[in-house]
Amino acid sequence: MSTVIRVDGIAKSYGEVRAVDHVSLEVGANECLALLGPSGCGKTTLLRLMAGLETPDAGTIAIDGADMTRTPPYGRPVNMMFQSYALFPHMTVADNVAFGLKQDRLAPSEVEARTKEALAAVELEALGARKPHQLSGGQRQRVALARCIAKRPKALLLDEPMAALDKHLRERTQLELLALRRRLGISFVVVTHDQDEAMTMADRIAVMDKGRILQIDTPRALYERPATQGVARFFGDINLWPSGLVVRPERIALSRASGDMEGVVIDIIYRGTATTYLVQTAELVVRVLRQNTGGDDDAQKGDKVFLSWPADAARMLSA
Amino acid sequence: MIARVLLGVGLVFLYLPLLVVMGYSFNASRLVTVWTGFSTQWYGELFADRQILRAAGISFIVAVISASLATVLGTAAGYALARFGPFRGRSIFAGSLAVPLVMPEVITGLALLLLFVAAQSAMPWLPGRGIGTLIVAHASLTTAYVAVIVQARVSGMARDFEDAAADLGARPATVFVHITLPLIAPALVAGWLLAFVLSLDDLVIASFVSGPQSTTLPMVVFSSVRLGVSPKINALATILIALTFLMLAASAALARKRSK
Repeated sequence: MSTVIRVDGIAKSYGEVRAVDHVSLEVGANECLALLGPSGCGKTTLLRLMAGLETPDAGTIAIDGADMTRTPPYGRPVNMMFQSYALFPHMTVADNVAFGLKQDRLAPSEVEARTKEALAAVELEALGARKPHQLSGGQRQRVALARCIAKRPKALLLDEPMAALDKHLRERTQLELLALRRRLGISFVVVTHDQDEAMTMADRIAVMDKGRILQIDTPRALYERPATQGVARFFGDINLWPSGLVVRPERIALSRASGDMEGVVIDIIYRGTATTYLVQTAELVVRVLRQNTGGDDDAQKGDKVFLSWPADAARMLSA
Repeated sequence: MIARVLLGVGLVFLYLPLLVVMGYSFNASRLVTVWTGFSTQWYGELFADRQILRAAGISFIVAVISASLATVLGTAAGYALARFGPFRGRSIFAGSLAVPLVMPEVITGLALLLLFVAAQSAMPWLPGRGIGTLIVAHASLTTAYVAVIVQARVSGMARDFEDAAADLGARPATVFVHITLPLIAPALVAGWLLAFVLSLDDLVIASFVSGPQSTTLPMVVFSSVRLGVSPKINALATILIALTFLMLAASAALARKRSK
């Protein structure tokens, strides 16, 4: 897999705050990388550094093999979709899309053809004459997308692309974005604070906190083999023993007959597809998640039960 | 209830004098304080007075050119303050820009007069005091007002639009012309209108820096009132009040307008 963006030891501070603290990562060709973390973890700053909208204090950024650390944003073959979309309010949809192409001094016929092509790719050919304020949120997002892909960038940088959308629109849009990416064959870097979104969209996820990357890996590896308690907690529920032992609730088997650890059911939370049992053991209240597949011999509140889990489900993690 | 009464008192205090002037401009009598009947004759006489018409022309030319000059300079200053970050000397720049807002006009006028006199003795080929010095003086006063309006507008505008334009390949000059300027256009128009009105109304600074051939409208009004109030001046005042109110209202409406 060849590398499209290579970030090496990049750092950026605002006063005393280290927004991005010596981060290194690579974005492969045709890869979707998610930058995931809580707000203020530096993920957007990292994205803006890639776009050239911020100047790093240290480190280098290479795009498509060329060092672009000091290249201004208008010289970089990547485009960014802003969280606010930043559609120019005084221009029509078509003029918004054509704006970037005109900067490349393309022939007017070429500008027109590629504008149409980009609007067609997001199924908005019919709305070229509208102004941004006449569009719905979902349509605006697609215009912002069309404006970026019309430039045929090496990589598309997306800052919280779903943040302004309704919840029901989000999932569909995520899948549409993935389909579009496959069709265009360009790399995506997606900034998000939503781990579901990161898992749905990304080939690899970089988990960030306080300006650093905690772990960078595939969604499955992050879930099953987290490097720290923090990463483990970020993706779903965990049971954490004082010793640092971590077991996910769905890996624990609950039995009334036998097991490795003894406890008493103190609460049962029914959730439709699954049920969570809270089991008081010697050291802590363990959460056990059981799929409701029917026919189970259901434990009741107050029952004495035994817990057990396969060896590969338990991991010793540092904080 | 009390609030409404206080508001009423305040409004009467502010606007009753203006209403009196406007009312008497339609008085048939030559005596300013005696109402004898409705008439528009003073408006007729006003438009027959060559001295007043000439002064109005000068005031208008000075106001248009000085407002345009102030808009260019004020926009540059306001944009720099809003977008260039904490550059070296920023606070001195911001402070010195705001000085004309609080400086007594007599001082500003006197200072400008001394400057113009000194400049002419150093460079005798410069034209004497007249329309040119009025334009420069008014622009130096009103630039600060434009800068404040533009700075507020640019600061309130998300940087995303300019960032997006740069990301799409636009160089800084293109970004400014094609993105920033259209988006802050309402502030530019508002600033221009305010500068125009300030220049049109100015008496103090104009008295210092104008020349013998460049008497402005407020100067004509002031000097003629000292010889006794003519109802003609009431008519002129009414027109000026109406014009000023219209432009200030337009300026305020535009300054408030947000781009959709």
